[in-house]
Amino acid sequence: MSDKVKVTIDGITVEVEPGTSILNAARQIGGDIVPPAMCYYSKLEGSGGKCRTCLVKVSKGSEKDPRPMPKLVASCRTGVMDGMEVQNITSPEVIEARKGVVEILLINHPLDCPVCDQAGECHLQDLSFEHGVADTRYEFDRRTFEKIDIGDKIQLHMTRCILCYRCVYVADQITDNRVHGILGRGDASEISTYIEKAIENDFSGNVIDVCPVGALTDKTFRFKNRVWFTKPVDAHRDCPKCKGKVTLWYKGEEVLRVTGRKDQFGEVEDFICNTCRFDTKNTSDWVIEGPRHISHTSVISSNHYEMTLLPVIKENPILMEANKIEFDRATKV
Amino acid sequence: MARKLLLGNINVPGIHTFDVYRQHGGYRAVEKALKTMTPDAVVEEVKTSGLRGRGGAGFPTGMKWSFLAKPEGRERYLVCNADESEPGTFKDRYLMTHIPHLLIEGMIVSSFALGAKTSYIYVRGEMMPQIRILERAIAEAKNAGFLGKNILGSGYDLELYVQPGGGAYICGEETALIESLEGKRGNPRIKPPFPAISGVWACPTVVNNVETIAAVVPIINDGGEEYAKVGNGRSTGTKLISASGNLNKPGVYEIELGLPVEEFIYSEEYCGGIANGKRLKAVVAGGSSVPILPANLILKTINGQPRLMSYESLSDGGFQTGSMLGSGGFIAFDEDQCIVRNTWNFARFYHHESCGQCSPCREGTGWMEKVLHNLENGHGKMSDIDLLVDVSKKIEGNTICPLGDAAAWPVASAIRHFRDEFEWHITNSKTAMEQNYGLANYADPLPKLEEAIQN
Repeated sequence: MSDKVKVTIDGITVEVEPGTSILNAARQIGGDIVPPAMCYYSKLEGSGGKCRTCLVKVSKGSEKDPRPMPKLVASCRTGVMDGMEVQNITSPEVIEARKGVVEILLINHPLDCPVCDQAGECHLQDLSFEHGVADTRYEFDRRTFEKIDIGDKIQLHMTRCILCYRCVYVADQITDNRVHGILGRGDASEISTYIEKAIENDFSGNVIDVCPVGALTDKTFRFKNRVWFTKPVDAHRDCPKCKGKVTLWYKGEEVLRVTGRKDQFGEVEDFICNTCRFDTKNTSDWVIEGPRHISHTSVISSNHYEMTLLPVIKENPILMEANKIEFDRATKV
Repeated sequence: MARKLLLGNINVPGIHTFDVYRQHGGYRAVEKALKTMTPDAVVEEVKTSGLRGRGGAGFPTGMKWSFLAKPEGRERYLVCNADESEPGTFKDRYLMTHIPHLLIEGMIVSSFALGAKTSYIYVRGEMMPQIRILERAIAEAKNAGFLGKNILGSGYDLELYVQPGGGAYICGEETALIESLEGKRGNPRIKPPFPAISGVWACPTVVNNVETIAAVVPIINDGGEEYAKVGNGRSTGTKLISASGNLNKPGVYEIELGLPVEEFIYSEEYCGGIANGKRLKAVVAGGSSVPILPANLILKTINGQPRLMSYESLSDGGFQTGSMLGSGGFIAFDEDQCIVRNTWNFARFYHHESCGQCSPCREGTGWMEKVLHNLENGHGKMSDIDLLVDVSKKIEGNTICPLGDAAAWPVASAIRHFRDEFEWHITNSKTAMEQNYGLANYADPLPKLEEAIQN
């Protein structure tokens, strides 16, 4: 007999360690039945439970107490019990609630994806694409904030924030002292630093990686390029501060930005230091390991090393001429 | 006159001082409990009494106490929730202002029962006078040897502290209260773990309402069985009701649970009827978060039985035709009141008080408020009504703490029962600016169940 507990999610049974959350059990199964998570981050203790996108229905509490749970529960913060039965995508109730959460998350989101650096790797985009509806019923002004620079490398655009609190947990757990947090309450709450103080420590850049939306962006990469035009390559270097395992994002021969290595759930494998992230942007600084595997469903994978010509461009000499530099660069690589 | 277990001596001059309170039989419960009873016996007595939480949820107090984890070598805490901020509820403030020693006495007995050596009274920040009154009462009790080391020679030590809050409604939620008590931002914690396992500073904690703790005093004095004889069915004892709105005599009343609502509104002993000879239109029976009911449904249940002031009778009919006793904030609306405006006002309150931690409540409460603002000000559309119902459904049950439910219920119930009035606000938006919808058919006798089914 093992100590593992059995849990059934959407009819698929898996054995997991006691104390595992439903979300992590679902991640062990993988595939469509993994609930989306906007605020939970497995590397950050205490995160989760806030965005409510990972709601699931527990149709059987456990072998001992088979009563179903009265409400939908946040799968990221609910532990599994032996014999638990969970419904995620098989429950219309869950689908409906999730649709509601997506709509509610979007009512105050600016939807400025065309000018947002996060577009293409934004969890909110993925979430609304998969679970949302095409139109909104919200007819009022959205809340807006001024952009703030927190430090010379990071910009905070609070308008886009969904208040997942991940960056606050990063500051609490990864860096030495925290200078930012939540001000205000309700829909007026905002992430901010105390009297716009700069965040200055070696690991502050990780708030960019954990941000599920484009609220915290890398100022060295801002407006440089769209994510799907860049190519991710795994690389490492001997770094005295961190493990130095990163993903480099190339456009041509130029490293446009450096991030942590993100897994299929969008979580970094290791947090990296600011020197790796902001200051070492030459290929010569790194030992290249090879292309980063990106899910084939991601828009980032749609970027191929050869530029495929859109029919409309091929047939039009003026457009061909106008895009000449792009073609040249693409074929050179 | 009905029995007064809590407010019996409220009119005695100087009852707020220790000496007068003691002369009128105060602190007998402490003597009885500490000298003649074991902590477990006190818990048993509270269980026998059938006392239910007076803060709103109505959870049996004895059961809550017996859930408290008792690991070796760990402190346990009792926290009194005096962060009374529900619109329409002002009973705890009344009790603390006029008879603070009742709360102190209850705190000592309850702390003894739970084995807590340190207890807190978390008082809402706006209630500064009450905080001073309580601190003075604690000092008096300490001087008399009822607090501190070795109380009454029983070997039991207790320190009691008053902690002012910042005045947030959300800090009345027990885990947010604990966070605030610890000096952090008052965000509700994600449960489990429940406070009974991990509360203040990760130690087992019980959080009880002021009135619940005060009710422990008569239970110990007279015995749990005697207390259980008062009241009706599983709603035992007496309850403080904060009556407000268009009543002849608004105020705090101690009622025996099971009193008919009609008697409570119209009898001279209590509210004395609707003010200015108007007719009753609607009632919010238990503080702003419970569903609002039209006059016909508050006086009679759907089965034609008279509605009683008790946990069971008020919730008879579920959310379709019932409400809840809640915290006992009884708000009466006469025929000149606008339900749309009132619903908007409640929605505005919840929008303002949402902590902003979880998304449905943070964004949804603001959305509902804005839509209701449009409706009230003549810019509404017919589709807005269904939108409100839908948004309230998306919030309800999907949030970390019950504030989401509390924000959704008043809106959903107002539309359920007063849809005509909402529609009238849209179709006659100009008239709605100048006059109110009036009583309409909200006080008409309910149709007999058989007829309703045939129709």
